[in-house]
Amino acid sequence: MSNQIVTISDIAVGQSLPELVVPITASAIVASAIATNDFENVHHDKAAAQATGVPDIFMNILTTNGFVQRFVSDWCGAAARIDSVDIKLGAPNFVGDTMKLTGEVTEVQGDKVEVRVSGRNAIGEHVGATVKLNFGGAA
Amino acid sequence: MTDDSLLAQAREWVGRAANQPATARDPVNVPMIRRWCEAMGETNAIYFDESAAQAAGHPGIVAPPAMLEVWTMAPYRPGGRTAEEGMAVLNLFDEAGYTGVVATNTRQEYDRYLVPGDVITSTPIVDDVSDEKRTALGIGHFVTLRYEFTDASDERVGRMTFRVLKFKPNLAQPKAEATEEGGENKFPHPRPAITHDNAFYWEGLSNRKLLFQSTDGRLRHPPGPMDPVSGSLEFDVVESSGRGTIHSFVVMHQPRLPGFEYPLPVVLVELEEGVRLVANVLDADPKEVEIGRKVEVDFVEVEPGYILPAFRLS
Repeated sequence: MSNQIVTISDIAVGQSLPELVVPITASAIVASAIATNDFENVHHDKAAAQATGVPDIFMNILTTNGFVQRFVSDWCGAAARIDSVDIKLGAPNFVGDTMKLTGEVTEVQGDKVEVRVSGRNAIGEHVGATVKLNFGGAA
Repeated sequence: MTDDSLLAQAREWVGRAANQPATARDPVNVPMIRRWCEAMGETNAIYFDESAAQAAGHPGIVAPPAMLEVWTMAPYRPGGRTAEEGMAVLNLFDEAGYTGVVATNTRQEYDRYLVPGDVITSTPIVDDVSDEKRTALGIGHFVTLRYEFTDASDERVGRMTFRVLKFKPNLAQPKAEATEEGGENKFPHPRPAITHDNAFYWEGLSNRKLLFQSTDGRLRHPPGPMDPVSGSLEFDVVESSGRGTIHSFVVMHQPRLPGFEYPLPVVLVELEEGVRLVANVLDADPKEVEIGRKVEVDFVEVEPGYILPAFRLS
């Protein structure tokens, strides 16, 4: 595995990140909810989720945050430090859906790069995110 | 509690700690990092390979920044969170009927990457409580919390803004599905929209009771949020005797809507209590339906679990 997939000199505004397709299975939702220490029952107990009026268990926000980071990390590798992740949640990720993550570089200033990420599922936009990266921190 | 005093009470929390600081039960550690990376499909080697991390300028293995909040999450307990883990500002909304909760925004800023051995403490502060908003999930208020994350030497390692919507869930709507009977499509009966204003009426019907709103003894129908005389939003519910007289009527011949039998008498009945109600007539020759005739209410299960009032000639 490469530690440095892109370097700052490769990056320009408007550049697209490689797409990532995430199958939303019950296993994926439960494994990631537990890996993020989130034991809210709507993320692992279908009957409890349905009692709140939704059709099935759904992905927790800490996992959405994780997938956004992983999506950007797949592209920038170890070359950049992540300074911040700003997330707005929309359509929930329910079991049986698929989320497609796309991203674009929206700003480059010196070593600082801003990436805009969108994750869409069958219902609509699950997540819109802005990730700020710093390519100056690495050795 | 009125919505104004709820909002005032909730806003007293702004600027104050939402609850006690939470210190991680376990220091930042490689097993939890590994499990998180597996769940996310994260393959960046700085999170599990010492030399790869050092080659990238880190002192050694680091934790994924997005795990910031993971370290201080409340433990699993059968039955959910303890009272201490809940937030009083959010409980105010639960008690006022805003029982739904959904996270809408999170913003994390990282001062440094965490390393194994770091013990993280998170302190949540109430940042903002919004006015009442109408959303697709129901009416509610956005509550914004500001978290500070510190290490064992009280240095800040990160910050988070977290916004949740506390809402009154929209009521479950009856579902009408076309069924096939004898090879023919049988169309579903039209269904009402159940709202917070009329839910009592439809619940009453499902228990074969005809209920009306009453404010200071004034009855009204159809259900609505406000008494037209006093402007009051409060109301009592009273049960009708079900006896009345036909105030007016029509007999429908055309158009023939699916789900009804024609000719179809539709009556406006004035009940003993003085309230008028539109309904169908049961087991009557349309020729017998006349203004002034005495009628009595009955209840018809037009589809399983869906009950409507109808009248029989006395």
